[in-house]
Amino acid sequence: MSWEVVIGIETHAQLSTASKIFSGASTAFGAPPNSQASAVDIALPGVLPVLNRGAVERAIRFGLAVGATINRKSVFARKNYFYPDLPKGYQISQYEVPVVQGGALTIDTPRGEKIVRLTRAHLEEDAGKSLHEDYRGMTGIDLNRAGTPLLEIVSEPDLRGAAEAVAYAKTLHALVRWIGICDGNMQEGSFRCDANVSVRREGDPKLGTRCEIKNLNSFRFMQQAIEFEVRRQIELIDDGGTVVQETRLFDPDRGETRPMRSKEDAQDYRYFPDPDLPPLAIEDAWIERVRSGMPELPEAMRARFVAAYALPPHDAAALTADPETATYFETAAKSLGGNVERNGKLVANWILGELAAALNRDDRALAAAPVRAEALAALLRRVGDGTISGKIGKDVFDAMWAGEHGGDADAIIAAKGLKQISDAGAIESIVDDVLAAHAGIVAEFRAGKEKAFQALVGKAMAATKGKADPAQVNATLRRKLSR
Amino acid sequence: MTTIDASIAEMSASLRAKRFSSVELTRALLARIDALDGKLNTFITVDPARAVADAEAADAVIAKGDGGPLTGIPIAHKDILVTAGMRTTCGSRMLADYTSPFDAHVVDRLARAGTVLVGKTNMDEFAMGSSSETSYFGSVKNPWNLAYVPGGSSGGTAAAVAARLVAGGTGTDTGGSIRQPAAMSGVCGLKPTYGVCSRYGLVAFASSLDQAGPFARTAQDLALLLSAMAGHDPRDSTSLDRPAEDYSRLLAADRGAKPLSGIRIGLPAEYSGAGIDADVSKSIGEALDVLRTLGAVTVDLALPNVKLSIPVYYVIAPAEASSNLSRFDGVRYGHRAAAYADLADMYAKTRAEGFGAEVKRRILVGTYVLSHGYYDAYYLKAQKVRRLIAEDFRAAYAKCDAIAGPTAPTAAFRIGAKSDNPVEMYLNDIFTIAANLTGSPALSIPCGFDRNGLPIGLQLQGAAFTEARLLDIAHRFQQATDWHRRIPAMATA
Repeated sequence: MSWEVVIGIETHAQLSTASKIFSGASTAFGAPPNSQASAVDIALPGVLPVLNRGAVERAIRFGLAVGATINRKSVFARKNYFYPDLPKGYQISQYEVPVVQGGALTIDTPRGEKIVRLTRAHLEEDAGKSLHEDYRGMTGIDLNRAGTPLLEIVSEPDLRGAAEAVAYAKTLHALVRWIGICDGNMQEGSFRCDANVSVRREGDPKLGTRCEIKNLNSFRFMQQAIEFEVRRQIELIDDGGTVVQETRLFDPDRGETRPMRSKEDAQDYRYFPDPDLPPLAIEDAWIERVRSGMPELPEAMRARFVAAYALPPHDAAALTADPETATYFETAAKSLGGNVERNGKLVANWILGELAAALNRDDRALAAAPVRAEALAALLRRVGDGTISGKIGKDVFDAMWAGEHGGDADAIIAAKGLKQISDAGAIESIVDDVLAAHAGIVAEFRAGKEKAFQALVGKAMAATKGKADPAQVNATLRRKLSR
Repeated sequence: MTTIDASIAEMSASLRAKRFSSVELTRALLARIDALDGKLNTFITVDPARAVADAEAADAVIAKGDGGPLTGIPIAHKDILVTAGMRTTCGSRMLADYTSPFDAHVVDRLARAGTVLVGKTNMDEFAMGSSSETSYFGSVKNPWNLAYVPGGSSGGTAAAVAARLVAGGTGTDTGGSIRQPAAMSGVCGLKPTYGVCSRYGLVAFASSLDQAGPFARTAQDLALLLSAMAGHDPRDSTSLDRPAEDYSRLLAADRGAKPLSGIRIGLPAEYSGAGIDADVSKSIGEALDVLRTLGAVTVDLALPNVKLSIPVYYVIAPAEASSNLSRFDGVRYGHRAAAYADLADMYAKTRAEGFGAEVKRRILVGTYVLSHGYYDAYYLKAQKVRRLIAEDFRAAYAKCDAIAGPTAPTAAFRIGAKSDNPVEMYLNDIFTIAANLTGSPALSIPCGFDRNGLPIGLQLQGAAFTEARLLDIAHRFQQATDWHRRIPAMATA
């Protein structure tokens, strides 16, 4: 009998506001410890929280992007527990009534598209950091992160395996960056996931006991952690054991999850509405203002790319992985103009091929690419109109990347004499020379060796340093050899 | 120096007339504190150098003909309002050495109005108490009889104003902590509408109930102080953004022999009868006669749910307190145990040593009522009853302009008399708590003395934002009576 894996994901997305959710202190990453902790952040006696409307606006943006309900009135609550990096002794969060409720995310799986339902998304503040190293047996507390705004996004247990979980996390990661609410920097902890994992016999309507794997800060770790956890739970049940509800941590060095605390240790957080903050009221006009500023969402854009540029869905998905790539594509395609369908595919191929390879090789972000969208379009115009071949185009691209001749395709083509030879007479005479010089190969071809034909094409191209129009060389050779 | 009994308004007139300077006035009061406060224990911190410096600055302003009615007036702040450069202890060992880097909003506003800060007054620890006995710095004594409590939790300011150590000051009121000590010490105290004074810099006890307010010897002085303290503060999300209000605006008008004509005074059945000391009942009855003589009419009312105020309060206030006091963990500031085994032990020892018994009791109660499985039965139900009580008052204010009654069921009690019986102590707040639960304004003014010569207070409550009218009623009462002019014997020595 086979097993079904059931996973729900909780994601903490750090919202990209300049200041904290309840104080005016900066949220910039990497400052010296405690240099960005205000009186409010360190919870001095007498301080009070004031809500940052920028954080609320980002939550609304998220709610609109996933088709959720934006609650017109939501409530901030205190989650009480003691920890040295939690200055107030409580975290301000949302409990019974979150700002965003419901919604869904469409993910790509090997079995096609899948809709993952969202439970809710709520606003809360981050805690500080406890630093256990370098303090000679003591613990250092850095409160720079305390009060950083977070949107906790909770999915329904709709995911069926590590691959789907990772696909969900990647789609969500792309979306929060797309709508500009989170920088998505996983190394800095701006986007972290907890996975609730359980297994059950196929067909069993009842959910198995779940374990929560905390703080997965890379997609690879998420995949490994869930795969390990699923194996562990199945083996445990197969051996006659039962899964105990607990919180577990993933150890990437050992590739395994380990128990952190069990349900019995679960704290009573004594949630109650924070009397320092009136209920958060969101009027329709605010939602409409946010809606009017929303960018086109990746799903819609993907569908449009398929329809307008006749791109294969896979290319459209790759081009809409992030807003920078999508903008680059559309800028280049518009700049190139001409036959939208043919040129769209040409631009897509070059972005996903040459450009992606060069970025990868130089470890550069698209924003730092030396070849801008308009310049790429200028190059592809010459490929499209037959001035140069696609192969020569790659050399021109490399020269543009290196900044030669101001990165201008036409200047490089002119300076290097790369203009394609397409004059019928010129090609005819080159082919004649090749046939005369390589009688042996010609003989092989006539003896039935088809490979010999390609060798002759190669000789002709080499004679022109690749500048001859390969299609014309082909046709001319066929004509002459068939006589 | 003319008289120690001058009101703020009178002192201000003298300063402007150059009969004495703010420095002279300040030095005189500092000398009184020196002489008398050893017996009273009203101050936790006195800073003579700062006071004189403030006074010198005020004199310079007055010399130029600038400033307002509070310029150069020495005052004291309850030691729960944070002050930059002067420690703020909250009457607790936990904060015995804590100095805030910033001023509370009301502290800042009174400083900008030109007041002279003499020092910080003693109080029940973290404002939890009705007798000013739970302070880490010792009990405050009642100037009318040193064996008696001055009321609480703002007993330090109340007793200091009664003993003429300062003419006015601040307190905070969560369940009666301004009005009850005002009554028991024979002075005036006002709790404003929730949100009128910013809570920024008021060390939180119960956030939905806490409100700062003034103490003085006359209603007129309360109006002067409140006008300076009130105002919107964007740092407090519960602070109300309303136009500035002159709370003295109704006081000056000459309305003849019946200045309270047209005023309807509500008399709830629940505010008389059993449980109220006979002397208190008699004084309140006489005070109501005075109000009638001044033209007011009295209307009988019922507040059927008000009897639930105490149980509701003793769920909500400890619940909020248990969370608000979590920040005192020994990690960043305040007391920390000298030796401990691990983190849990550090928390336990620090808080066991730093907090007194009453604070611990309320943290325990609050933690209990918020805990899983009890929240609905206690906290949620208390919030529902709180709304019912508010409904009672809303209905009552449709029939009257103010509600009158005793501030407390008895005059001051002996120090130690109720220390071992918290429930009996809590019952002292029976008449004051509702104004906090409903967020409405209320004040207490002296209206007599009991058989032991201890003061009795008349409470006037009103609907939200009716401070000016309550002050007007109190002022007219004081024009017709002299209870507020009585001086404790020890203060004349």
